[in-house]
Amino acid sequence: MRYMLLIYDCHREQMPENYREVVNAYAEHLKERGVFVAADPLHLPDTATTVRVRDDDTLITDGPFVETHEHLGGYFMLDCKDLDEAIELAALCPMAKVGTVEIRPVLEGILR
Amino acid sequence: MDAIERVFREQRTRMLAALTRVLGDMELAEDSLQDALAQALRSWSEVPDDPMAWLLTVARNRAIDRIRRARRAPREPAVAAWEHSEERLLNVGDERLSLIFTCCHPALSLEARVALTLQAVAGLTAAQIGRAFLVPESTMAQRLVRAKRKIKHAGIAFAVPADHQLPERLSAVLAVVYLVYTQGYTAADHTLADEAIRLGKLIATLMPSEPEAHGLLALMLLQNSRRDARRTRSGDLVLLEDQDRSLWDASQIAEGIGILDRALSRRAPGPYQLQAAIAAVHSQAARPQDTDWLQIAALYTELVTRQPTPVVRLNLAVAVAMADGPAKGLEMLDSIAGLEKFHLMHSARADLLRRLGSTEEAAESYRVALSLATEDSDRRFLSSRLTELETPSS
Repeated sequence: MRYMLLIYDCHREQMPENYREVVNAYAEHLKERGVFVAADPLHLPDTATTVRVRDDDTLITDGPFVETHEHLGGYFMLDCKDLDEAIELAALCPMAKVGTVEIRPVLEGILR
Repeated sequence: MDAIERVFREQRTRMLAALTRVLGDMELAEDSLQDALAQALRSWSEVPDDPMAWLLTVARNRAIDRIRRARRAPREPAVAAWEHSEERLLNVGDERLSLIFTCCHPALSLEARVALTLQAVAGLTAAQIGRAFLVPESTMAQRLVRAKRKIKHAGIAFAVPADHQLPERLSAVLAVVYLVYTQGYTAADHTLADEAIRLGKLIATLMPSEPEAHGLLALMLLQNSRRDARRTRSGDLVLLEDQDRSLWDASQIAEGIGILDRALSRRAPGPYQLQAAIAAVHSQAARPQDTDWLQIAALYTELVTRQPTPVVRLNLAVAVAMADGPAKGLEMLDSIAGLEKFHLMHSARADLLRRLGSTEEAAESYRVALSLATEDSDRRFLSSRLTELETPSS
């Protein structure tokens, strides 16, 4: 089953100095376990652009869709046996020590 | 027909667990099992030789019908997998522990875990659970559906957790059962307390080598033994020291102590065994003045190291006051932070001050307790204590 681990409220300055190494080691561990599907960090929300199409008009706005204190900073897509495995791996995520990791199961069978 | 109802009541949880294992969907398993019961009530003139096999087979067929009717995809792979599932279903064994651990999974909210356990494991209806928790039936039904869908969509495993997760997950299960018990403990209706004890017995039977599971069962039995002595006819609370001990249920006490002794012999005491041991010491005192407070204070000291919560520390202070005198207890009690809004903290303090002869301060503490208590029976109790204090004794 695929799960998306959404990383919230994790500011780079709060991470340890060698955070690149730590995060890469984590990703390496995910690959070794055969659960890794994809992962990426995101630029800060002030780089976001929001798009809506209403009555054929495309509305473009600067900034994120919702102004929240806790912003989405990146994601991991994992293929796990069950929620327990996803929880175990989320708890190993270095960003969980600083921010919050939300686990969302992927809704399968819609996209082909 | 009574015989059908009896078979169903006795075997329902087992059948639901087996169906959930094979169908992989608790909601579907439950609906199909209901269908099978309805069919049995219509068509059985007498109970067949193997009623469980009959009910399971019918439930499985109903599940396939339900899926076929509801399916949107042209070919539902699950149905194909179930077409030869009959033998597997009948040989699936006892999956009740998997059901219990799934219902008490920490990814569900505590209220959902409690509701789900009462429905799926104990067999209560949404209406009964709603009544016990003062929630409308429709709200409770919704809560149950949402919880079952989360289990399915989030991929919560239908399994007993792996060894390294077991201690933590077992304590989550036991917490749910104890919460059901404490919710029922003060209620006039005994349904929840009785269900909690039944659940406790089931878990203890299924996990014979887990001392805390047995400790919880012993604790509930020992607390329950005082059920008839704990309230006056008008529903007022009676303190342990004022209870008519002849109303205590001796057979429940003996059962609880027997279970506790066997648990303690495994030499892995945990919070439930310690609390049960404290309840057992109280049970063994024929009169309040015979209580072995030194023993109780020692047990609370152990409990504080495992559960350093303010409430446990308050209980330790009260036990120390009984064992070593009110001055020592008051000193301990005044060092506890975080219970400023808890009426029992202030009433305990008032009681110690009264025993030390500080009538004025004691009355002040009773007034604070009274201003914080919300239950009518607690308020009546505190008022009577305050009146006693303010009435000069001759």
